[in-house]
Amino acid sequence: MEPVKNTKDRIVWHKACHVEDIPEDGGGCALIEGKQIAIFNFARRGEWFATDNQCPHRQQMAVARGMIGSQDGEPKVACPFHKKTFSLQTGQCLNDDAYRINTFPVMVRENQVYVGL
Amino acid sequence: MREQNTTNIIVIGNGMVGYKFCEKLLSKQKNDLVFSITVFGEEPRPAYDRVHLSEFFAGKTGDDLTMASMDWYSKNGIRLFLSDPVVDINRQEKLVRSHHGHIVHYDYLIMATGSGAFVPSIPGVEKDGVFVYRTIEDLELIQSYARKAKNGAVLGGGLLGLEAAKALLDLGLQQAHVVEFAPRLMPRQIDDAGSKMLQNQLEGLGLNIHLLKSTQEIKGGDTIEGMQFADGSFLEVDMLVISAGIRPRDELAKIAGLETHPRGGIVVDNMLTTSDPNIFAIGECALAHHMIYGLIAPGYEMAEVVATYLTGGTKEFLPFDMSTKLKLIGTDVASFGDPFIEEPACKTIRYENKAKGVYKRINVSIDGKELLGGILVGDAEQYNMLLQTCKSKTILPPDSEDLILGSRGGEEASAATSVGGVMSLPDDALICSCEAVTKGMICQEVSENGHTTIDAIKKCCKAGTGCGGCLPMVKDIIQGVLKQNGVYVKNIICEHFDYSRQELLDLVKINGIRTYNGVLNHFGHGDGCEVCKPLVGSLLASLWNENILQKDRAPIQDSNDRYLANIQKGGTYSVVPRIPGGEITPEKLIVIGQVAQRYGLYTKITGGQRIDLFGAHLNDLPAIWEQLIAVGFESGHAYGKSLRTVKSCVGSTWCRFGVQDSVSFAIEVEDRYKGLRSPHKLKSAVSGCVRECAEAQSKDFGIIATEKGWNLYVCGNGGSKPQHAQLIATDVDKETCIRLIDRFLMFYIKTADPLTRTATWLNKMEGGINYLKAVVVDDVLGIGEELEKNMQALIEVYKCEWKEVVESPELRKRFSHFVNAPIKDPNIEFETMRDQKKAKEWV
Repeated sequence: MEPVKNTKDRIVWHKACHVEDIPEDGGGCALIEGKQIAIFNFARRGEWFATDNQCPHRQQMAVARGMIGSQDGEPKVACPFHKKTFSLQTGQCLNDDAYRINTFPVMVRENQVYVGL
Repeated sequence: MREQNTTNIIVIGNGMVGYKFCEKLLSKQKNDLVFSITVFGEEPRPAYDRVHLSEFFAGKTGDDLTMASMDWYSKNGIRLFLSDPVVDINRQEKLVRSHHGHIVHYDYLIMATGSGAFVPSIPGVEKDGVFVYRTIEDLELIQSYARKAKNGAVLGGGLLGLEAAKALLDLGLQQAHVVEFAPRLMPRQIDDAGSKMLQNQLEGLGLNIHLLKSTQEIKGGDTIEGMQFADGSFLEVDMLVISAGIRPRDELAKIAGLETHPRGGIVVDNMLTTSDPNIFAIGECALAHHMIYGLIAPGYEMAEVVATYLTGGTKEFLPFDMSTKLKLIGTDVASFGDPFIEEPACKTIRYENKAKGVYKRINVSIDGKELLGGILVGDAEQYNMLLQTCKSKTILPPDSEDLILGSRGGEEASAATSVGGVMSLPDDALICSCEAVTKGMICQEVSENGHTTIDAIKKCCKAGTGCGGCLPMVKDIIQGVLKQNGVYVKNIICEHFDYSRQELLDLVKINGIRTYNGVLNHFGHGDGCEVCKPLVGSLLASLWNENILQKDRAPIQDSNDRYLANIQKGGTYSVVPRIPGGEITPEKLIVIGQVAQRYGLYTKITGGQRIDLFGAHLNDLPAIWEQLIAVGFESGHAYGKSLRTVKSCVGSTWCRFGVQDSVSFAIEVEDRYKGLRSPHKLKSAVSGCVRECAEAQSKDFGIIATEKGWNLYVCGNGGSKPQHAQLIATDVDKETCIRLIDRFLMFYIKTADPLTRTATWLNKMEGGINYLKAVVVDDVLGIGEELEKNMQALIEVYKCEWKEVVESPELRKRFSHFVNAPIKDPNIEFETMRDQKKAKEWV
């Protein structure tokens, strides 16, 4: 598989997990350098995304357990606690301007998922 | 110079209104305005909640009733003198002198002296054992005297008097009497018929009511022994509480030469200014619009008016609506608008149900278009709607009796529901109480700013972002406004599916589709979202009853279904094993205790007669369930939109009143419908006799035993909008009862909107309960047999979904916080409370 994100210079790629560790059209949380990163296998779009696992609304570590989907074509994830939804592309909260999360590039090589921090 | 800009305010009186004035003044204080506030109070304690005074007898202490602590006053720089009433006002020099000799200068003086108990001049009122009911000190005296008293009476059948009488009963007196001069109770609020109904209810509680009694003398030596009435009768009592009304405390105003009314009250204008422009009067001491407002709300409004004026604003005190609703010793009593207007000035509609203790009266204008006022006794659920209709002068429907009688089926039903619907609410009706968003604000966002989705509304005005309880109403308003604007509204699921839930269910069923992507590919577009995913997940489960985590179905499940447990604060989960009918063996109880100990879980009995184990780490869930399943527990589906519990009372096996074995039937019903997924959660209960200890009438379907069989009730609800279930079958045998429930539940599953409880489903149904009964009991649509067959098919394929997870390594693997490390979420923290743990409070 080709990397699906444009990579910037000096990104450090971290091996996160195997492809099959993340359910299709769902997410999982990886521990990378002591940080909790939510990784999404958006199989329906053939894309991978990574974001903070912490939802900034109530500081809960659960974004990876949220449902993914799209809004007007923009891929998004809904936090399971109070359904704050975040763009998987920009990290901006789509139903409350006050919040946003970090997004990270993802690369898939030889059945391994890498996240750039 | 700071001193020059400081305005000296003195508040005389530290009651609720005096306190509220201070609070409002502080909150309105601006930078360039500095107030120095001094408060004089007669009572020894700071302001307390006099409205809930009778709760003092129910165990509340003086401190519980306090409105603000002494700290609050000092923190806000307020000088507070307690037990120190003002005894003189020098208006020329603008000085007040207190009982203890403090002399303080004012720029503005606020009289909030309130009122005292009115004590009629009956010979003997000075005897021991005669009390008034006004302050905490009065209550303390009553309480200690009641210990040695047997028979007590209250003089006055108004609101306070009735509360006092109940308090006497609660204090352990053998008899409590209410003596009222007027021909009815609560003469200012309700009419004769309402009073009779209330009297019945109160007598049922053990109060003795005496109307039309004029007390001539209080008999006895130093101590009261009885009451002599003008009609010659005599009532033997050894204590008497006088609650015959209030008398404004205007004596200081009189001394100061302010204008007062001959019958009491400091005369004020619309700005609440007394005859001295630097002195204001607020609360129950003030006579505004020729009356004393003896309620707390107008008192607060007066405080607001004066605080606004002193901070540079303008506001007038307008004649205040005196509509009230209160719960009097368990009975609702409400009156609004003009409750007493009589024919021929209006048309009056009355409804009386002695069996239920309900009396309702509405007064409608002669042309039938306007609601003028009314009275509700025994059931005041419609109070808010009626009050709004009355205040906003909403045009009434042709059959205005629907307002108090509700929808009664048939042709009229739709007209009546349209009155009760959300669109008939006035614009200032509060829809989202968390964020204080009114209906008008939402309507404006929809029609003027084009925000026509729930998400858009959440974003632009924050409605529904708090508890979310108002979202169904918000959705109805959006659709209502669009309809009014002539937009054709199709009740579609979301941007990915142009179908209603019911349409999609039929399509999925006919085409036999069993995966989310299958449904999306055939009937939708785009990538789905958090609205349609769980909805389709629920449809698939309702149709095929396969494990919700298998195939591609795990990531489409909502927060709780996703891990077959309830996600809680902090990201841990709670575990609820099924305990059918609430019956459990000691052996199973022990295992629950052992599991809780082993995994450090907080344990609590739920409202549905089972045990909830909180604080489980995601990683531990499969192991916890493995142990529970090993001794025969099954999933309780507490996480699912599915059957929760079937509650039961102990029934005829032990109870001396029980007429049927309610526990056995509850277990049978729970085992039959366990795991049944539906548009929303389902709750049920079985009671073994008419005493209804299992509260079956508050459930989605409830069963009550009779001598001959079982009565079936449907579409009840507890929660935020309680609604009683309605009877659809009487004295049926078990088999019939089950058959009717099969039909009822399948009909609900097939036709309800997503996340709609059975009660709301029924409320929106054209034809209402009569139609539902015709479909379920009389089978007018001819679908009864098919519904039963569908239900039977689901029941036959039931499997405990937790058992399947525990036995499947593939599914078990997903129960891990990290995909790349075998550890639990290190961020989870707990706090200790009462020897157990609780989730760390979120920020």
